[in-house]
Amino acid sequence: MKHLIAKPYPRAIVLLGLLLLLTGCGLATSPVADPKGPIAIIERDLLYAAFFIMLIVVIPVYLMVFWFIWRYRAKGGRGEYKPDWHHSNTIEFFVWSVPALIIITLGYLVWTYSYKLDPFKKIASPENTINVQVVAQDWKWLFIYPELGIASVNELAFPVDKAVSLQLTSDTVMNSFLVPALGGQIYAMAGMTSELNLKANETGRFRGRNTQYSGDGFAMQFFEAVAMTEEEFDQWVANARAQPNPLSNTAYEQLAVPSIAHGVEYFSTVQPGLFEQILRKYARRPESTLRRHPPETTQPECEGDIPC
Amino acid sequence: MLGRLGFDALPFYSAIAFGGASITVLGGLAVLLLVTYFGKWQYFWEEWLTSLDHKRIGIMYIALALVMLLRGFVDALMMRSQQVFALNNDGYLAPEHFDQVFSSHGTIMIFFMAMPFLTGLINIIVPQQIGARDVAFPFMNSISLWLTTAGAALVMVSLVIGKFSTAGWTGYPPYSGAEYSPGVGVDYWIWALLVSGVGSTMTGINFVVTILKCRAPKMRLMQMPLFTWTTLCTSILMAFAFPALTVVAAMLGLDRVLGFHFFTNDAGGNMMNYANLLWIWGHPEVYILILPAFGIYSEVTATFSQKRLFGYTSLVYATAAITILSFSVWLHHFFTMGSSPNVNAVFGIATMIIAVPTGVKIFDWVFTMYKGRIIFHPAMLYTIGFLVTFVLGGVSGVLLALPPADYLMHNSTFLVAHFHNVLIPGALFGYFAGFQYWFPKATGFTLDRAWGVRSFWFWIIGFYLAFMPLYALGFMGMSRRMERYDVAEWQPYLVVAAVGALFVLVGIFCQGMQLYVSIRDRNKNLDITGDPYNGRTLEWQTSSPPAEYNFAKVPDVQEIDVFWDMKQRGVAYAPASDYEDIHLPRNTGIGVFLGGLGFVIGFAVIWYIWWLVALGLLGVVACLITRSSQDDTFEIIPAAEVEAIEKMRLKALEEHKPTPGDFWS
Repeated sequence: MKHLIAKPYPRAIVLLGLLLLLTGCGLATSPVADPKGPIAIIERDLLYAAFFIMLIVVIPVYLMVFWFIWRYRAKGGRGEYKPDWHHSNTIEFFVWSVPALIIITLGYLVWTYSYKLDPFKKIASPENTINVQVVAQDWKWLFIYPELGIASVNELAFPVDKAVSLQLTSDTVMNSFLVPALGGQIYAMAGMTSELNLKANETGRFRGRNTQYSGDGFAMQFFEAVAMTEEEFDQWVANARAQPNPLSNTAYEQLAVPSIAHGVEYFSTVQPGLFEQILRKYARRPESTLRRHPPETTQPECEGDIPC
Repeated sequence: MLGRLGFDALPFYSAIAFGGASITVLGGLAVLLLVTYFGKWQYFWEEWLTSLDHKRIGIMYIALALVMLLRGFVDALMMRSQQVFALNNDGYLAPEHFDQVFSSHGTIMIFFMAMPFLTGLINIIVPQQIGARDVAFPFMNSISLWLTTAGAALVMVSLVIGKFSTAGWTGYPPYSGAEYSPGVGVDYWIWALLVSGVGSTMTGINFVVTILKCRAPKMRLMQMPLFTWTTLCTSILMAFAFPALTVVAAMLGLDRVLGFHFFTNDAGGNMMNYANLLWIWGHPEVYILILPAFGIYSEVTATFSQKRLFGYTSLVYATAAITILSFSVWLHHFFTMGSSPNVNAVFGIATMIIAVPTGVKIFDWVFTMYKGRIIFHPAMLYTIGFLVTFVLGGVSGVLLALPPADYLMHNSTFLVAHFHNVLIPGALFGYFAGFQYWFPKATGFTLDRAWGVRSFWFWIIGFYLAFMPLYALGFMGMSRRMERYDVAEWQPYLVVAAVGALFVLVGIFCQGMQLYVSIRDRNKNLDITGDPYNGRTLEWQTSSPPAEYNFAKVPDVQEIDVFWDMKQRGVAYAPASDYEDIHLPRNTGIGVFLGGLGFVIGFAVIWYIWWLVALGLLGVVACLITRSSQDDTFEIIPAAEVEAIEKMRLKALEEHKPTPGDFWS
């Protein structure tokens, strides 16, 4: 694991963890503080690293504010009074240069990690990746597995050691796809395809949802991302295939009717080219991706579980 | 005849909507009745509504802001209380009501609370700080006020007739398009923004010209007080950013009313253009709101530390840097839209760069307190509260500026906590500080101190209680704008947040009490000298409230902190040898009529009453022709009258000699 701060500052992490525990009530086990996938872990560590770096400015501000208002208070303050003192080159030098240095450091992190954690970037080699086409509807999520020829609603299942490569679009207003425990977030927009690459490090059920307000059923528009073992996933696929429920054009039309708090549903087969068909409803010549310049494909020397 | 308007537009469909409508209608009626009962219509019309005096226009702006603050805060209370109860049930607000509440909360707080508040403070103070007798375009100033009021009135009317938008204060399409939001709600939102947006653009133009062209002749730019500097930067932002909002709202309106396809899902529309255009206005808007508050903090810190401002030049350059940079960061509002990493990274870094001048400002205020003699006036308390709290908002802002971190936090309550954490301490506390600080200048009597201190403590404690839990909830995966939820772990945090809102409620009550007590005891708290805090800048040289013409003689500027310097040299109150006739703009009701017509046109388009639109436009043309053909738009205050007023003031000063530093020290 290329942890950003886990190696140099193990104590800080423990301390912060303790602090979060003290604040109590599930914060320490929250999806962002306790992520379950490599992407989310790096994103969280980046968040913490930036926070600690900024303390270099924040702590002096706090100390000085409270110290000064005590020492220089009008009634009883002991400090010297210099009503005309208004300039100091030394202070000016530090107040410009220290924040600037911090921002240069953070800017370096922004640049490198924007590339590393580009949502469009594949995590692992093709044979170790499972592709899913995601359609946002009012108010549910449809997951199509093109290679397996099955589909599900409001349940995104995948094997734990495989990378998940999502292609997203919307058959309604703009939606935003997020599984906080696995990291990344991307908009799903009609007539366009965006991409998101995720992976889970351990098995479990993780809450995912639309975060972009979309109407009456928005609050209940969530799904479960289920990371399972290879055998469990095979069973899950077999179960979906066994459902008497093919996703034909008419079945899709029915599914697309707005519904609130839609239950989990499985489809045994999927009308070929359904995803492209949904795209073509809104764009005559839909691009296969929102990007004009897609990111480089995964390089062979990748470690396999983190983007590179 | 009445377009889409029918009886079903009246709020008899829900008890809560009916309650809100009744309070609005009864409140409005009560005001009208009271004015009639006391026979004050003529007084209000002649002295206030038609006034072109920048100080009175400023007071009216602030009155509007305070009324809208109450309305926006009621929305906030409703959201916080709904989320306390809505674990696994519907609570008391249906989704389509809850989303109107969060949409109107944002719209009102930004456009009809914050904007009028800062414009009011600018109006009252800036001309006095630069030694001017009026703004550059007094009539345009009146139009700006009444267009803003018309926009606010449209939002209020939507409570009674029809519904308000459900698309949030940013109104993202395609959700806000005709296909997904048929009704009148989004149209109310569009027209409230269009009408008031024109007002804000004109305010921007007005104050750029006022500050650049109407300063006392000897005042150089680098001698202007910081509040004037930040106003100049804010005005530039207003003049350049607001047109983008007007354009994008008009385009959305064309989509909705005439079936265009700028932002629709199909037929070549693209919602990404909307997001870009909206935030090209929206990000500068953040600085439009915050920069004037930064100016206020600069004035307040220097005055109540009884010391010259530290790092004036740095503060000016930092302000200017923020102004320019604010146009280069808009994309950070949608890192998650799928831009390539270099685009996201460039905007992320640009965003972080703004933290540098902002950090410099914080340190400059801190070092202004260093070696000062700090007086804890309520205005100073708000300033200290700002320094401590705003830093946290800045930190969370830089965290969100890291695109990969933003992927985790975008659209979560962490984001909600962040922008409230910058806007409440950063902007609102600044306006409150300005209100406490300049109240005697505007009215002639000081505000009660005890209630001011109480309101501060309730506001700041309430702020921390209300928004710190939202940071945590963002970590726990709670999205913004949820009217119900099924995660039991969230509830304790939401209860704490609601308690925070109640603390703020008490804070607002204390502010009301402060106003009441101060007005009741006004004769005991008269500000006879016009300089209650031993001030440093020119606005303290005038009487409180100032004469209509502000300055009988154009002030002789020799130094930064002009008035302080004059007091040091003993020439602050030197009687003039001769007085001159003063030209001032004559009052006119045309601004009021134009505002009213703006309201009528907006209302008519919302309801498709096309003949009324035509009538309204005719009215506008008639007003413009009338105004352009008036020759007699100025009145003259004769030198003798000026002399009499000034003699009286000098006599009052003689009887009540201002003693520097006798203020609570």
